Amino acid sequence: MRIAVCVKQVPDSWAEKKMAGGVLDRASADAVLNDLDEYAVEEALRIVEANSPTKEAGEGSGHTITLISMGPDRATEAIRKALSMGADEAIHICDAGLGGSDALATSLVLSKAISDGGFDLVICGTESTDARMSVIPAMLAERLGWAQLTFAGSVNVDPGATKVSIARSTELGIENMEANFPVVVSVIEKINEPRYPSFKGIMAAKKKTITVKSLIDVGISADQVGSKAAWSNVRDAVLRPARSTGIKVEDGGDGGTKLAEFLAEKRVI
Amino acid sequence: MSEVLILVDAVDGKVAKSTGELATFAKAIGKVSAVIFDASLVSQLSAYTIDNVIICNGIDVTKFSPAPVAQAFAQLVASKSAAAVLITSSSRGKEIAGRLAVATNSGIITDASTIDSDLVTTQLVFGGSTTVHAAVTRGTTIATLRSNSIEPIVGSGTPTTEEFTPTISDAAKLGQVISTEPVVKGGRPELTEASIVVSGGRGTNGDFKPVEAFADVLGAAVGASRAATDAGWYPHTHQVGQTGKSVSPQLYVACGISGAIQHRAGMQTSKMIVAINKDSEAPIFELADYGVIGDLFNVLPQATTAIAAKKA
Repeated sequence: MRIAVCVKQVPDSWAEKKMAGGVLDRASADAVLNDLDEYAVEEALRIVEANSPTKEAGEGSGHTITLISMGPDRATEAIRKALSMGADEAIHICDAGLGGSDALATSLVLSKAISDGGFDLVICGTESTDARMSVIPAMLAERLGWAQLTFAGSVNVDPGATKVSIARSTELGIENMEANFPVVVSVIEKINEPRYPSFKGIMAAKKKTITVKSLIDVGISADQVGSKAAWSNVRDAVLRPARSTGIKVEDGGDGGTKLAEFLAEKRVI
Repeated sequence: MSEVLILVDAVDGKVAKSTGELATFAKAIGKVSAVIFDASLVSQLSAYTIDNVIICNGIDVTKFSPAPVAQAFAQLVASKSAAAVLITSSSRGKEIAGRLAVATNSGIITDASTIDSDLVTTQLVFGGSTTVHAAVTRGTTIATLRSNSIEPIVGSGTPTTEEFTPTISDAAKLGQVISTEPVVKGGRPELTEASIVVSGGRGTNGDFKPVEAFADVLGAAVGASRAATDAGWYPHTHQVGQTGKSVSPQLYVACGISGAIQHRAGMQTSKMIVAINKDSEAPIFELADYGVIGDLFNVLPQATTAIAAKKA
């Protein structure tokens, strides 16, 4: 079984984010592996471990986990982190022409890298903590023509039967779904507890292969991606005034009464 | 006149208020055509500013991933030369919009709080710190709109109806629904539609009774932080936050919730925020219009009694 996991480097979700020229200013914030992608990496590892004679991922498991990431040079740091969790190898699509790409361009690039790789299963997080659109997994399924099993709170893979079953968890409740390979899966954060990379894992990750590909390598022309090809544009972006610090009271035995008075004064009740 | 397609939201056979919000935005743009996959919903649609109802036949969309809905919309966009497609910003809504954007070579904007007659959207990004105005520049404008963004205008006539049978490819039917476990409904309003939300977190220690009692006196929905749902204290379907639900009510009351960024991402755009927490340094107080430093087990019952007395 060949599994691809899409990972993205994002500004640290604790860092202040700013706009620059209509797009997120990525250079100004610390960059980390999108924490929602860690659940995808962890789930891939668990699927391999459950189906491996050695109960371990890596060589001898008979399965491979390939990370796929699009981003600038420094995205290597996030890729190494995911490799140190136990993924086998990575493909890093890195090209000066990619800056400012929107979700349509990103899904195009990722879908090309995926369709070239002979994968059975693609696993993603539900969204990135920077753009938060939550559309890439669905767009990948649409572009690849693969089954879409997304927002999974649990995943079961039967590699022999080449079948995937999930419990899709959304506002509508839970839908138990299944499909045959190849499948695009996205996992919600409730699904597992991502492991911390071990020292051994961190050392091993340094020797793992990261294949860097350009736009030409994945067969995409420069006019299909980047900020010039973006299919929506930002007219303006203004910083909203910070929420003015509100009233803060210490509960001296009448905190509840004061709260009720505040709500009455604001005509909420 | 330009035509705008909206996807009707319904739960258990009842059209949701979010549909009325979409219709209200769409009416400012042009002719409003509401798309349904369940013909029994037609009679409820005269409640909103809907000019025409398109009933899609021949496919039970509840049996598949969002793919067939997106495919039907792609065909309607082409046949109607639609100016825009408006869909509610739910997990499923955004997936349909994403697939539709790919299928129709169109730009997409998600989580907008408004869209005007020139198809310019407003979004609050980075946890509500920045307001962005944007527009789609290619193809049809595909936009998803957050619930609770506008008060729906009441409709004044009976919409026309037409039937449409989309051609659904085999590829769109690959992900199949085998069985469903519907959300267990209580007597409280739906979380994403409620005008008041009261949420409990780690500070409840698993006892949501004071949170629920306070919610009930306010007629509010009950939410929970991820810490509370992970601990099994409250159903996952009530989780507010990054991968839970995003809510934007008139009033949000955070009880025993520290305010981690993942939680804030789901509630930060609430109009008014109240926090109750024992820890005076809890980050939730940075957002709160009114904060009470204290034990929720003392503060909530007292506030509940006081509000009940004011209402009596």
